[in-house]
Amino acid sequence: MRHRQAIALLALVGLFVALYLWLHALGFGGAIKCGASGGCETVQTSPWAVFLGFPVAFYGVVGYLAVLIVTLGSLRPAALAQPGWDRLVLVLSSIGVLFSAYLTYIELFLIHAICRWCVGSAVIITLIWIVSLFSLRSPATRIDPGASQLLRGPPA
Amino acid sequence: MNRFYVMVGVLAVVLGIGVFALLKTGGASAPAAAAGAPPTVVDDSFRGYTLGRENAPVEIAEYLDFECPVCATFATIQMPTITEQLINTGKARWRFRDYPLPIHKYSRFAAHAAQCAGAQGRYFQMQDQLFSHHQWAQTGNDPSSLFRDLAQAAGVDLKAYDACMDAGRYAGRIEYSRQEGDQRVVDGTPTFFANGKKLFNGLRRLPNSDDFKTLVDSIIAHSPRH
Repeated sequence: MRHRQAIALLALVGLFVALYLWLHALGFGGAIKCGASGGCETVQTSPWAVFLGFPVAFYGVVGYLAVLIVTLGSLRPAALAQPGWDRLVLVLSSIGVLFSAYLTYIELFLIHAICRWCVGSAVIITLIWIVSLFSLRSPATRIDPGASQLLRGPPA
Repeated sequence: MNRFYVMVGVLAVVLGIGVFALLKTGGASAPAAAAGAPPTVVDDSFRGYTLGRENAPVEIAEYLDFECPVCATFATIQMPTITEQLINTGKARWRFRDYPLPIHKYSRFAAHAAQCAGAQGRYFQMQDQLFSHHQWAQTGNDPSSLFRDLAQAAGVDLKAYDACMDAGRYAGRIEYSRQEGDQRVVDGTPTFFANGKKLFNGLRRLPNSDDFKTLVDSIIAHSPRH
């Protein structure tokens, strides 16, 4: 359960990072906040900032939202013992990690500029992927009052 | 478990406020001194950066607008061949003059960025950056931060660049160039002059490197020295 909670919190942070970049790409707000090293505008205005007709950050919003919804769904008492949720998060985060790796490659070798927000997002999705692996490998939490009674032993 | 959902809610609110604040404040914005038309025109006797030999028989003056997509196309597609065939061979010298069109929000600002880079001997590198990363002209977003990135990529010292941009040091020079263009009846960008004579008046397309080669060869062939 702790793993799933950690994933939910990471997905929430990732969602807002992607939301900021998406809203900026849509023209909201001024120039992007990027720190002294710069690079964000170069990346955001490059030809690779749009993928299949949508700003790249839009896919981040959708991806993190999907992970968040699935993880919150998996935290319901009835779902805690079902490992299928962990598999689903692992699949979603694997797609996210691959997409982030592709974007980081483009930043480093084609655009020659690094956007620290994009790096932040790549780190978050990688952490989600790692935690989802742990979540899948750890034994499922069982909500079984009867079994708990047996483990605790008979009442005195 | 309830404590976890409270934590999620609090985090969502904090992050939401954070995103709102980031969007509200934005990053660096175009300094008015560099982005807007200056109150006075300054003739500092500067007549544009040039490429090519001083004694080249033909001088082409180009009035350009950095936000104009046609100027970007010309700079990135035609200029490399023109440089190779005409400028490097000593046949022509190219003079770049600013003509920021009023319909373009950031063209004057871009021209100023190029001039500030030029003050550090990096005009042509900055021009390359502005034209080869021309997506900035399509987004409508404030390009201040991007231009700093481009200046850095062009090898410009950012401290001096920032001071130059904040002061609008070359705003008067750019306005002088624009008014000079008005006097020469520049009616769009890019507009070209060869040895002072306006070119391609009836041409309904962007001139290419072949047009310039034909023109320059023709001027040289008909010049008194030949």
